[in-house]
Parts: sequence; C-alpha cells; structure tokens
Amino acid sequence: MLEALGISSPALFGQLLIGLINGSFYALLSLGLAVIFGMLNIINFTHGAQYMMGAFGAYLLLEHLHLGYWWALIIAPIAVGLTGVVIERLFLKQLYQLDHLYGLLLTFGIALIIQGLFRNYYGSSGLPYRAPAELQGVRNLGFMFLPNYRAWVIVVSLVVCLSTWFVIERTRLGSYLRAATENPSLVRAFGINVPRMITLTYGFGVALAALAGVMAAPIYNVSPLMGADLIIVVFAVVVIGGMGSIMGAIVTGFGLGVVEGLTKYFKPEASDTVIFVIMVIVLLVRPAGLFGRRA
Amino acid sequence: MEHVVDPLITLKRGGRWSEPAAFAAMIAFFAIAPAIVYPVFLMKVLCFALFACAFNLLIGYAGLLSFGHALYFGWAAYVCAYAAKSWHLSPELAILIGTALAAGLGLVAGALAIRRQGIYFAMITLALAQMMYFFAVEAPFTGGEDGIQAVPRGFLFGVLNLSQQATMYVFVFVVFLAGFLFIYRIIHSPFGEVLKAIRENEPRAISLGYKTDRYKLVAFVLSATLAGAAGATKTLVFQLASLTDVHWSMSGEVVLMTLVGGLGTVFGPVVGAFIIVAMENYLAEFGQWVTVIQGVVFVTCVLLFRRGIVGELANALKIPL
Repeated sequence: MLEALGISSPALFGQLLIGLINGSFYALLSLGLAVIFGMLNIINFTHGAQYMMGAFGAYLLLEHLHLGYWWALIIAPIAVGLTGVVIERLFLKQLYQLDHLYGLLLTFGIALIIQGLFRNYYGSSGLPYRAPAELQGVRNLGFMFLPNYRAWVIVVSLVVCLSTWFVIERTRLGSYLRAATENPSLVRAFGINVPRMITLTYGFGVALAALAGVMAAPIYNVSPLMGADLIIVVFAVVVIGGMGSIMGAIVTGFGLGVVEGLTKYFKPEASDTVIFVIMVIVLLVRPAGLFGRRA
Repeated sequence: MEHVVDPLITLKRGGRWSEPAAFAAMIAFFAIAPAIVYPVFLMKVLCFALFACAFNLLIGYAGLLSFGHALYFGWAAYVCAYAAKSWHLSPELAILIGTALAAGLGLVAGALAIRRQGIYFAMITLALAQMMYFFAVEAPFTGGEDGIQAVPRGFLFGVLNLSQQATMYVFVFVVFLAGFLFIYRIIHSPFGEVLKAIRENEPRAISLGYKTDRYKLVAFVLSATLAGAAGATKTLVFQLASLTDVHWSMSGEVVLMTLVGGLGTVFGPVVGAFIIVAMENYLAEFGQWVTVIQGVVFVTCVLLFRRGIVGELANALKIPL
C-alpha cells in the first residue's frame, strides 16, 4: 500500500528503527539530565563525556581485562557513576549556594578535561566494538529485517526508563527524592540525609549516561568526542520537553528520535537540524516546553 | 544566592580615575606591543578581546549566559569572507555586511532565547548555534571543511592597502577601540543601568514598569552585532573563515576568556582574551593538552576565582575596573 505512494517500506522502517535507537539514547540521556537537574539544580554539561566514558569503559574492559559486553553493562555504569560521586563531592557540592550558571560552566570545564584526556590517549578516530555473540544476527519481521542488537537496545532503554519513572513517581524512596527537590531543608528536618541523597542522585544520573554509552558502543564506534555533539541535541530535547516531568523526558526522547528517523527518510539533508527546528517551533508555540510548568 | 556577577564590581562608586588610567594603559600597551610581539598575534588578541567584550555585555551586565556566541562570530566571518572574495567588496563594506548579518541573527536567536530564563536560556542559545553550525557544514558557499580561504584584505576605503601589516594592525586596533568605547558608553548609560537592575532582580525591574524583555533583546542584539564585527575583522586578519569559527568550542572559548578576565568588569574580557589566545599560541605544540588546560582553567575559575583576574584586582584595590 505504501509502495503505491512511492514510499519504499523497508527503507522507511529502517530509518524508523534508527530513529527509535537514537530516541533510546535521547531518552536515557535526557532522563539523566532531568533527574540531576531536579535534585542539584545543575545542568550537567559533563553528561556527554560521561556517556563517552561508558563506551570507553566497555572497550577498555574488553581490551585489558577480557571482560565482555555483559560484564561491561554492569561494571562500566557503576565505575563511571563512582567517578560522578567523586565529582559531586569534590566540586559540585561547593556550588549549590551559587547561581545555576556556575554549575553549567564547571561541568563544561570538566567535560573539556575528560574529552581532552581521552583524545590524548586514544586519538579522535573511532574504535570498533562488537556486539555480543548472543545478540548478533537478524530477525525477519516480514516487512523488514531487525538486527537483534538494535531490538535489545530499544527494549533495555524502555525498561530502564520506565523503572526509573516507577522508582521516582511510585515508591517511598522516590517520594523522598521528590520532597527533597521541593524543599530540601524541610526534608532534612525529618531526619533524611539530603546531601547523601544528592550525591547518589548525581551518581545515578551519571551511571544512566554511562549505560547509554555501553549500549551505544557496538552501534556507533567508540570515540572521545562521541558525546560532545550528542549532548547539544539532548539539550534541545530537554528544552522541548521541559525538565519538570520524568515521563515527559522519556516520551520526548523517543518521539524526537522517531521524528528524526522519518526526516532522514523524507528529507535526509534536514535530519541533523530537525530537532533544533522543532525546538524553535515549541519555543514559539509553547515557551514552557511540552511537559514543562511555567517557571 | 550569590549572583553571577558581584554587584559591587559594577555598582561601586568612587575611584573615578581608575577606569581612565586602565584605559590609557591598555592603549599604551597595544601601541607599543607590535614593536616587541608578533603583530598577527596581537591582531588576534584584539579581535577576540572585542568578541569577549561583546559577550561580557550580555553576561556581565544583563546577567544572560549565551552559550552560542560562535553563531554571530562565525557567520559574520563567513559572510565577510564571501563578500570580500566573491563579490570583491571593499573591506569596510564586507565587515559591515558580516556585522549586519550577525545583528539579524542576534535578533532572531535573541527573540527565541529570551522566552525562557536562566539555564534554559543558555541551552537554547547553544542549540540554535549548533543548528546554524550544521547549516554552515552543508551550505555550499561556506566551503565545508576547507572554509573560505585566501580572502583578500583589499584596500580600505579604496585607498589604504591592508595587506601591509602595519596598516592592518592600526585598522584592527581602531575597530576594537570603537567597539570597546561603544560598549563602555552602553554600560554607563541609563540603558546600561536598567540592564544591571534586570540582572540583579528582574521581577523588581518589571514591577517598576520596565519592559525587561525588550531591554534583554536589545542587549542581545547589541552583543551579537559586536561579536559579528569581531568575527568579520578576524576574517580579514587571517584571510580565512572556517567551521572552527562557528563551532561550539568557540562559544566555550569566549565564555572562558570572559570568566578568566572577570565577568562584569570593563577590562576583564581584554585581559582574558590576551591570556587565552597566548595560551593557545604558545601551547599549540602540546596538541590536545590545550583543551585539558582550558578545562582546568574553567574549573579553577569557577571554584576559586569567580571574580576573574581583573575582578579580583578591582576588589582588592576597591576600585572599579
């Protein structure tokens, strides 16, 4: 039926799939940004570098310790999350009384350091990383071929996003988090260790970025600047969705990935800019963002 | 909550001699320096100093952090290069066209960005700049990875030969001074006082009857225009406009220069530009370490020297600088 309209369905579904994959990463990264912003009031510019560290974590675990993808999926996010905890304790902690913009500048500086160091040791070109043997191969869905690994990425990303949403919106721990976001001093008065909660929140947000990085490693090559441009797109995603809502971040992430995929099919030359164009439209029509509350 | 800019730096009274004295010292420095230092390096410093001053007008006096100022710098550079090379326009016209384009871009981007505050403002400016970066990558006239090379410097007003280094230096110095004095005039005008009021307490400025969005937009357009003038002039100095000029790292660099020198100080951006350009020139052989060092400087400034060099100096001497 689609062929009658001059649309090649395998190519279209192929681009839609790529869109969903990109959307998985947008969702994971913007979710992490939103969680961190909610607790720390800091936009974590280091997020892209931490995503890259996750991918490099997977690569280095394989090269030096011969630990494969499944180990990397667990170890890399924890390790990178711990570096996040150190960054929070050493640096970010000192900024909570200052204007939010200092957080942006500091995390930008940290991103420059991390990316510069990795470029020193690994150059700028991409390093290949193979998908695990269990997830290689392709599935025929009738209307298109679906590589197993890509299906895995979409499923894991959905599961992680929805579990995060569930923990924050539907559990007791999440209610503490939300309460501390609204009024930290009152929550402290109830005997809850808010500074520790802030540290762990940052660590968790960073670990989410690293998890995205591990999952991205077999799809894109592992390279020091893989997160640098991505983080700017994710910023646009965050502006479009607004950071007030966890579910908003997830839906916006996946949705924009799909829109980008469709653009790649219908108008390939606009696919790099389509998310920014949508951001402009959203700013004109709904300045607070799709899911944002008026500040 | 501590503000981005220490209000004492800009609101302080007294010590009226300090700014003219510093201004005289700056003039003397740039007049004598070409005898000692490589003039092209100094011209680069002057262009980036103007760029940083323009950026500082926005963050230092209106409290708006734009993370996309490479957009105006870089696109003005491209249009100036194209006008000079392909349309064979004289240098002053090429610079004017580049600057006018930056003003137009600033009007559009500013009108969009001021619809959100604070952290979102910074993210929107960054995203818009990235969008225009992709246009620069794809547009045929920008020359892609090669950029626009061998831009002729031409004859200023059809008379002065700018390919002579000394003439070019004087020209760049005059452009810088004009921009610097214009900014100085703005920040000491009633308009500048309103900007500072918005920076300190926007709701109060609104309640006093100021249409703060209009003030913010005008400040944004002025800043973008002057950033464009800096970019266009830089193009004639290096006879090159390239993707580096529109990349986000350029936006980061101008933030760094202003931060190092001192946000909201008159002379800070000039000092900061000198330091960062010198650092890049003399550490170029260390390759990627320059990025690492820039990152370290960022972190150090934010954690320890939030007033920047000139800001700390002004604070220690209790004078405005």
